[in-house]
Amino acid sequence: MVDKIPILKMGKFLLLSIQVDMHDQLAMDLQEDLTHQIVLHRSKGVLIDISSLDIVDSFIGRMLSHIAHVSRILDAKIIVVGMQPAVAITLVELGLSLDGIATALNVEKGMRRLEQMVEDDLSLELESGEDRDFSAEAGD
Amino acid sequence: MSVPVIAELLKKHESELLQEWIASQRAAGIRTDLIDEGTVLNNSRELLKLLSIAALGGIDDLGSAEWKPVRNMIEALSRTQSRQGFSPSETATFVFSLKEPLFAKIQANCADPASEMLKASQLLDKLGLYSMESYMTGRESVIREQQESMLELSTPVVELWKGVLAIPLIGSLDSNRTQIVMEALLEKIVQTESEIAIIDITGVPTVDTMVAQHLLKTVTAAKLMGARCIISGIRPQIAATIVHLGVELGDVITKSSLADAFSVALKELDIRLVKGSLR
Repeated sequence: MVDKIPILKMGKFLLLSIQVDMHDQLAMDLQEDLTHQIVLHRSKGVLIDISSLDIVDSFIGRMLSHIAHVSRILDAKIIVVGMQPAVAITLVELGLSLDGIATALNVEKGMRRLEQMVEDDLSLELESGEDRDFSAEAGD
Repeated sequence: MSVPVIAELLKKHESELLQEWIASQRAAGIRTDLIDEGTVLNNSRELLKLLSIAALGGIDDLGSAEWKPVRNMIEALSRTQSRQGFSPSETATFVFSLKEPLFAKIQANCADPASEMLKASQLLDKLGLYSMESYMTGRESVIREQQESMLELSTPVVELWKGVLAIPLIGSLDSNRTQIVMEALLEKIVQTESEIAIIDITGVPTVDTMVAQHLLKTVTAAKLMGARCIISGIRPQIAATIVHLGVELGDVITKSSLADAFSVALKELDIRLVKGSLR
């Protein structure tokens, strides 16, 4: 029995690949572990690879969206990659459309997308930062 | 238990019965364009032989083991006839036309013709019903096969460009077919690593709430896998129907023609087509 899912750090991103059947305790541990790692490394994005996950239930679906929401609060983008067709169909039939979670076909595309998302965010921050400086100066 | 009267009659007058049976079949009309008389003769002779053997063991329970050869033969015959294009009544006539000669024999040879006739009639009715049932089963299996082959034929997923898939839907959609469409599309998305899928519904005659819901499910499933969907080929009436039904398409991109959808797809992939100026 696997008792921990490894979380890999890659630059400013975290990478985790779910390759075993998720059971409740494992999912809870993963959530906790992930939030710690995000805070510890000040990660800007998390990529979750579920390409080897064949079976999914409503619990896993809820867990994914929970992780996504927690990460968003901690200012990390999240992307789920490599979902199998059967898993996608099951989630849709269960009525879980994972709103607000970005998805990609594979790790490669997912990484590119994540970089883009974080970049967009950074440039947005810079722009608004400049705006603030400017208005501050004008106020003087 | 004594041997049933009918069994004795069948055995004793087999050849006479056969001739009269054939005559009565001929009177009812044999489809000579579908079957020749030789085959009819052979079939009749064989069935009569099987009947006379089976009847020895009693004529009340057609489900018993003695009747199995008869049942098998009628089943095989009826199935073949349903495939060859015989009408139901033509198939049933084969068994029912034995009534007349058999009744005549009972009338001539029995002390108590009325009760024996009733028994014989019941027996032949059962056999006739059984042949009808087999005929229908044959028909149904033909329909099922055709449905299956239609399903396979009607859901091609084509690759328009590297990373762009299209699935032209033709004919009415039901949940069974949509399921197959959905699976085919998702499998192909994985296989070709396509980012955009165009669902073209030009050939779909009507869109009701079920169809719209199925389409949305497909779109959502594709989105979960990381591909975007564009729905194209929406005709004015269908657009009106969708609005009228109050179906919320959400943020799904819709285009009126496949060409429009394709150009949107190319734009999303950041590909530009330039008209050739060389020459």
